[in-house]
Amino acid sequence: MADLRNNFVGIKSPNPFWLASAPPTDKAYNVERAFKAGWGGVVWKTLGEEGPPVVNVNGPRYGAIFGADRRLLGLNNIELITDRPLQVNLQEMKQVKMNWPDRALIASIMVPCEEEAWKAILPLVEETGADGIELNFGCPHGMSERGMGAAVGQVPEYIEMVVRWCKQYTRMPVITKLTPNITDIRKPARAAKAGGTDAVSLINTINSIVSVDLDDFAPVPTVAGKGTHGGYCGPAVKPIALNMVAEIARDPETHGLPISGIGGITTWRDAAEFIALGSGNVQVCTAAMTYGFKIVEEMISGLSNWMDEKGHKDLDAITGRAVRNVTDWQYLDLEYIAKAKIDQDLCIKCGRCHIACEDTSHQAISKEKDGKRYFEVMNDECVGCNLCVNVCPVDDCITMEALPVGTLDERTGRVVTGKYANWTSHPNNPMARPAVEPAE
Amino acid sequence: MAQGVLKQGIAPGRLEPDQYKSNFADLHPPLDRHEAYVEADRCYFCYDAPCMNACPTSIDIPLFIREIATGNPMGAAETIFEQNILGGMCARVCPTEQLCEEACVREEAEGKPVKIGQLQRYATDIAMFHGAQFFERAEPTGKTVAVVGAGPAGLAAAHRLAVKGHDVVMFDARPKSGGLNEYGIASYKSTDGFAQREVDYVTAIGGITIENDKALGRDFTLEDLQAKYSAVFLGMGLGGVNALQAENEDAAGVANAVDFIAELRQAADLANLAVGRRVVVIGGGMTAVDAAVQSKLLGAEEVTMVYRRGKEQMSASEFEQDLAAAKGVTIRHWMAPKRVLTDGQKVTGIELAYTALVDGKLVQSGEVTTIAADQVFKAIGQTLASDGGGLDLAGGKIAVDEQGRTSLRGVWAGGDCATGGDDLTVTAVAEGRDAAESIHAYLAGGSNG
Repeated sequence: MADLRNNFVGIKSPNPFWLASAPPTDKAYNVERAFKAGWGGVVWKTLGEEGPPVVNVNGPRYGAIFGADRRLLGLNNIELITDRPLQVNLQEMKQVKMNWPDRALIASIMVPCEEEAWKAILPLVEETGADGIELNFGCPHGMSERGMGAAVGQVPEYIEMVVRWCKQYTRMPVITKLTPNITDIRKPARAAKAGGTDAVSLINTINSIVSVDLDDFAPVPTVAGKGTHGGYCGPAVKPIALNMVAEIARDPETHGLPISGIGGITTWRDAAEFIALGSGNVQVCTAAMTYGFKIVEEMISGLSNWMDEKGHKDLDAITGRAVRNVTDWQYLDLEYIAKAKIDQDLCIKCGRCHIACEDTSHQAISKEKDGKRYFEVMNDECVGCNLCVNVCPVDDCITMEALPVGTLDERTGRVVTGKYANWTSHPNNPMARPAVEPAE
Repeated sequence: MAQGVLKQGIAPGRLEPDQYKSNFADLHPPLDRHEAYVEADRCYFCYDAPCMNACPTSIDIPLFIREIATGNPMGAAETIFEQNILGGMCARVCPTEQLCEEACVREEAEGKPVKIGQLQRYATDIAMFHGAQFFERAEPTGKTVAVVGAGPAGLAAAHRLAVKGHDVVMFDARPKSGGLNEYGIASYKSTDGFAQREVDYVTAIGGITIENDKALGRDFTLEDLQAKYSAVFLGMGLGGVNALQAENEDAAGVANAVDFIAELRQAADLANLAVGRRVVVIGGGMTAVDAAVQSKLLGAEEVTMVYRRGKEQMSASEFEQDLAAAKGVTIRHWMAPKRVLTDGQKVTGIELAYTALVDGKLVQSGEVTTIAADQVFKAIGQTLASDGGGLDLAGGKIAVDEQGRTSLRGVWAGGDCATGGDDLTVTAVAEGRDAAESIHAYLAGGSNG
């Protein structure tokens, strides 16, 4: 049985599945339930400074987009940080940590960008016995208007400054949570590293308007006729999060900086992908908010079974394994030739591959044979783009088959050489130079 | 079991009053909005969709389903009605499992086609509930076309002619319009007076007058119509019924299934409708199933369908056969009626000869069996009520070309009374619609009719 125990910057948890700082971790009641369900850790919902807590809207806080059968694909929220008094949260955190010593308990914090504010709150958090802190530089809505959250995360200099204060005023490991609402995610990650952060976590939510109410002509969620942008999360954001995680993992300046992966993780497979791209553990929110805490059972079981099946003993054996295979476009092998192949036994003859290719791509799939409905790839037209694979409703019906070395590419009339060659040395490239292989 | 079930002979009131209501409730209750969305999401929006090609009226099924899925049921209804103005009834009575749903790629993929018929009903119900009319009449042409028979073929023809700007006068032999939609379909397929609502919906376009209780050959002749109108469309269906060619078939208790079905559809109170304790239905088509199932639903204790060939040759669809079996009807194959048994007056049973295919020919083996019965329904096909009145016939039906033109210039025919296509509501609609296009071209001075 695979060892799922996780050690993230010295914070130990029985598995790599943490609940992200969000509504599910706002109070002891929920967190106790999460730990009972099996979650390895929680990042407590973001604490603000002492004094009257923030208030939330009293109307809808969430909006969603749906797939078939109202399957929730994307969730957007305008909820702020915890609206409960600081002391109440701190007391509950202390008690929960005492009750669950083997689980990770992290405090998410967001206070004004002033040294005194951070200096004041850190000892209070430390006193709870929390295992670490996460700096919320990510929330894109509400708090950012007050100079906090994403407003900090969008300015690398502020990130570095605050991280430095935190490292100065607490012994607890510091995880810096990044906002994706920025052009180049490497910049804030580098700044956090420069400030001395122990890790980064990403992504926080993405600025979004999920929909517009066409009767009221107002964004959803609509509060008394008005709406505001919220933070987008859920399965829909996973690809964006994966890319940002990979960018940090493969950036020479931040390579090796521990990453807690966040963004649309819904199943064990999503988690494994984040881990493969360099995440030391993962944080989950929307999936739990959609289905409840029980999903962690599937995640633990699925990850464990997959690791057993593949012979991966522990998380170290898979962490970052895919990073070296993320490269720049210019290094992709232009001598690799693939063609789509349709398995006629599996084909249900919906014709979607044909019309997608015919209308929008390369006119490489015929629709008829001997007067009958029959869909077949024309190798002399197929560029191997994969669109037909993606639009086919049947698993494994259309596959991409690499042409073996020595065979003729009927489209170009060239024989497959099997010799790696990329854009950097391509004759069509005005900047061509002798072949360069990507750095390992 | 209700006490009435055991009443001897042919008797009414076999069931408790509330049982009639539940027995004859909608066979397929309509989809609610969420069900429709979930089902619509299953459609793959196929290229050159096989379902659409399998539909006799060529409804753009992927498009209307996508319109439903995107919250545009009115758009969906318009897509349906453009091809089939009786899309509401077809959604209820089409043997979809032999047409669009059989062709659905999900049938091939997983044996569970998209419920196209149910989705079509969802969209058309919404549009008809709101009385939404999607067609406007063209400028009046000053021409009037006579349409004989206000059933599916006639209504489809009349609507398309009205759209083109022609006026239409329809003649129907029965007191109500709708043809077999009103008189010939099992009650649980068309509930709540839908057939009449649909007639009203179709004729709401304007320019269509219906004269009921007017039968061709009885109240007027084809020559009368030819003399008075610019063109004639014949869509009066099949008024005659094939005989069993069995002894004693005139005995009391032997009836035509179509008459029983019509009577049932028109009955104000089903409890007053008599049905045998033991019923035998002769035939293997939809009419036989409708009669058999409804006999059972009226409280008959034993209902047996008898067909002279095997299961595969039955024209009733697999779904219909399963429905009959599920309702408790026994289906017996390979036997033909030989003699109706009586006590001198009333039916007591039927003697059947076993049959077999020998060298491709159906022969009786010589062995016989009897089934006790108080009531025997004949459902072995229908025939033209007249000899055609000068029109060329083919196979007992009015011979028409692909545009519905008969052998007489200016006379078109479609639906069950004419050659071509299966005798289905949807086929009749297609034929009526297409004949109307041909008539329009003729009236516009195009090629001759």
